[in-house]
Amino acid sequence: MAIDIDLTQFHEIFYEESLEGLGTMETSLLNLNIGTPDAEVINTVFRAAHSIKGGAGTFGLTDIAQFTHIVETTLDEVRSRKRGVTQELVDVLLQSVDYLRYLIDCSKSGKAADKDRMAELAENLGRVENKLPAATGKMPAAAGTGWRIIFKPALPLLQSGNEPYRLFRELGTLGELKVTADAKGLPDFDHMDPELCYLGWELLMQGDTTKEQISEIFEWVEGECALEISLQGDRRQFVERRKGEREAPEQAEARAGEAASIRVNIDKVDGLINLVGELVIAQSILNRVAGEITGNKAEDLVEIVDMLVRNTRELQDQAMRIRMLPIDYTFNRLPRLVRDLSRSLGKQVDLVITGNNTEVDKTVLEKIADPLIHLIRNAVDHGIEKPEERLAAGKPEKGLIEISASQEGGNIIIKITDDGAGLNQEKILAKARERGLAGEEELTPAQIQNLIFQPGFSTATEISSVSGRGVGMDVVKRNINDLGGNVEISSVAGTGTRFSIKLPLTLAILDGQLVRVGKETLVIPILNIVESLQPNKNQILEITGETRVYRYRDQYLPVIRLYETFGIPTDIMELQQGLMVVADTGEQRVALFVDDILGQQQVVIKSLESNYRQVPGLSGATILGDGTVAMIIDIASLSQLYRNTTRKEVA
Amino acid sequence: MNSSVHTIKSLDLDEDATNQFLTFLLAGEEYGVDILKVQEIRGWEQPTMLPNALNYVLGVINLRGTVVPIIDLRQRFALEKSQFGPTTVVVIVKVSNADKERTVGIVVDAVSEVYNVTDEQIRPPPDLGGVISMDYVKGLATLDEKMIILLDIDKLISVGVLKQIDTH
Repeated sequence: MAIDIDLTQFHEIFYEESLEGLGTMETSLLNLNIGTPDAEVINTVFRAAHSIKGGAGTFGLTDIAQFTHIVETTLDEVRSRKRGVTQELVDVLLQSVDYLRYLIDCSKSGKAADKDRMAELAENLGRVENKLPAATGKMPAAAGTGWRIIFKPALPLLQSGNEPYRLFRELGTLGELKVTADAKGLPDFDHMDPELCYLGWELLMQGDTTKEQISEIFEWVEGECALEISLQGDRRQFVERRKGEREAPEQAEARAGEAASIRVNIDKVDGLINLVGELVIAQSILNRVAGEITGNKAEDLVEIVDMLVRNTRELQDQAMRIRMLPIDYTFNRLPRLVRDLSRSLGKQVDLVITGNNTEVDKTVLEKIADPLIHLIRNAVDHGIEKPEERLAAGKPEKGLIEISASQEGGNIIIKITDDGAGLNQEKILAKARERGLAGEEELTPAQIQNLIFQPGFSTATEISSVSGRGVGMDVVKRNINDLGGNVEISSVAGTGTRFSIKLPLTLAILDGQLVRVGKETLVIPILNIVESLQPNKNQILEITGETRVYRYRDQYLPVIRLYETFGIPTDIMELQQGLMVVADTGEQRVALFVDDILGQQQVVIKSLESNYRQVPGLSGATILGDGTVAMIIDIASLSQLYRNTTRKEVA
Repeated sequence: MNSSVHTIKSLDLDEDATNQFLTFLLAGEEYGVDILKVQEIRGWEQPTMLPNALNYVLGVINLRGTVVPIIDLRQRFALEKSQFGPTTVVVIVKVSNADKERTVGIVVDAVSEVYNVTDEQIRPPPDLGGVISMDYVKGLATLDEKMIILLDIDKLISVGVLKQIDTH
């Protein structure tokens, strides 16, 4: 049954949109001022609830429709000032949002939902009577109303043999029809092409008809027209809007302020990005070949290729941007988290978020959520003190957590700052020594602070449900490192703590420094590179036989000879003959010894795992301008590999 | 190469009770792989080396934007190293391993024929003395008076290459 398939297809969209709507509701509810609610904020919550109800009704998801109706009724009372906004009400509404999420989840996975909770919440909302709106199942036209159909064909409709009149005649068999033509689009006579269809129509239909019956008639012209079928008077219609057809002005108005957008399957986007990557490679091959050609046409060719280079660069940038989403998608869960957490801990915390429009790759966005949540939990749990402690320390009763995001070159910087107690250096050091994570030697404050990133470290004396299981910070650091980023910590006792996270904007491309070792070209991520220089003889110190360290400024760095670690044959083995690339893993600095440094270029990252397996020391491979494959070095994994090999040699 | 492609086409019309095997030569022996596993056949090109790989993993090549590892089947079978000549070809095969399909290239001396092999024609392999583990051999078939070793390419690649024991 074609109609059934159609509906399940829209189910997914409904779930997705409802979850978004719930997010909006949650954010707005959190912004609501108790006592003096902003009418616009309440309207936003109301609208979100209303469209969820409408969608749920259309798809026959009775539980969701029923419960949203209760929520909506409550909201309506608030809107019409019949009911004041109290903290209790906001709490219940937030719980209702959670419950709706749960209902959607149940519906998605086909589980039976727990109805007792619904009754409980309904009672708390002061609405025990469960009146259901007319919107159930097939959504029949309510008596006295009818369908309003706005039909605006694309100009070439007639050329494909479709005749609007025939459609209307068909519609006429379903019920009483009133047709009004909209001739606004009609050009003056001189400019009119008789083969084009300039008209649009508004049709009002009375009768016991389902939406499916109407849609069926328009099935033939689907894709060649903008079509809106709505219950008369109902402003927001779910399915029609999501079919990707042009929005009717009325709806566009309702959504004014939102940028127009379409939903696209991520596979399609990735396919596109892959192809653009190929195009970039083909383009650079062409670029190289064009440079080699001589003759009188050669100059023209070079010029055209130059143009192509510019266009493909731009195309690649634009294609990558499709995958980018504002970091707000991750940030918007945080206010709720802070609110619930601070309450359960008896603390008062203000959360200030800035830069939430900074865009970042979808994959990065998804993977950064857990580390962020963990850091925020830690800030509330360990950072911010209890109100009485804060007052005693001469600070305002309310703690402050600031989260900011900003873009810096190809990276996004996320800072999480709290004005809490700061890290307790002595406690950390004592704990680390107790757990054997640090020796008896003196450590700098920065080194002590970094101890919290060690696996198995936790200063919480009791394991709470919030944090303190000792699996936290090392996992946070590892997750961030896995994304090719790093995290830094700075803390002042009594004043607060700040975590700075630096992440690449995207995982699909990388700014790379090309280096040569023997006949191989390797790529080092520029993000990791501190400096590249020619080593001086007196900067190289031999420690034991073959193990050498490189003196960089006031640091002694282990020298990783790439030819050795990767087993690449080369003639350049003396350290003075080649170059040192000083690289930072976030944990330590190392000096990479290479034969030579080539250009810098943006490279498309290709996985080695998809056809082979993970290779120690590498994060993947890329395809260079000449079509050959080059390996991309993962500095952290490389220094691990280096440590393992040297240890083996010593043993 | 052209002739083998041609043969595939003409044999396609045959009824499907039999399996088709693409055969290739390796140090004088003829080996066969299930033709459905074969994606394409390419000429030899120098791959980019993979660090710290086993000796028979020659490196990776760019196959229309995909990074594909190249296996020297001679070295895999502990035969003497391939001398790359004009007939040396890379057979690109799709191997399944734990529900995942991977594309891998195997270097062989030359491709030979496409044969129809019925199940009855396949004999269980005798013990070959450890050079090739019996796990990788589906069986032996005698065709046109020749003995052909039918390989289980999934096992051969998965066990040897993808689950390589870390030497570091």
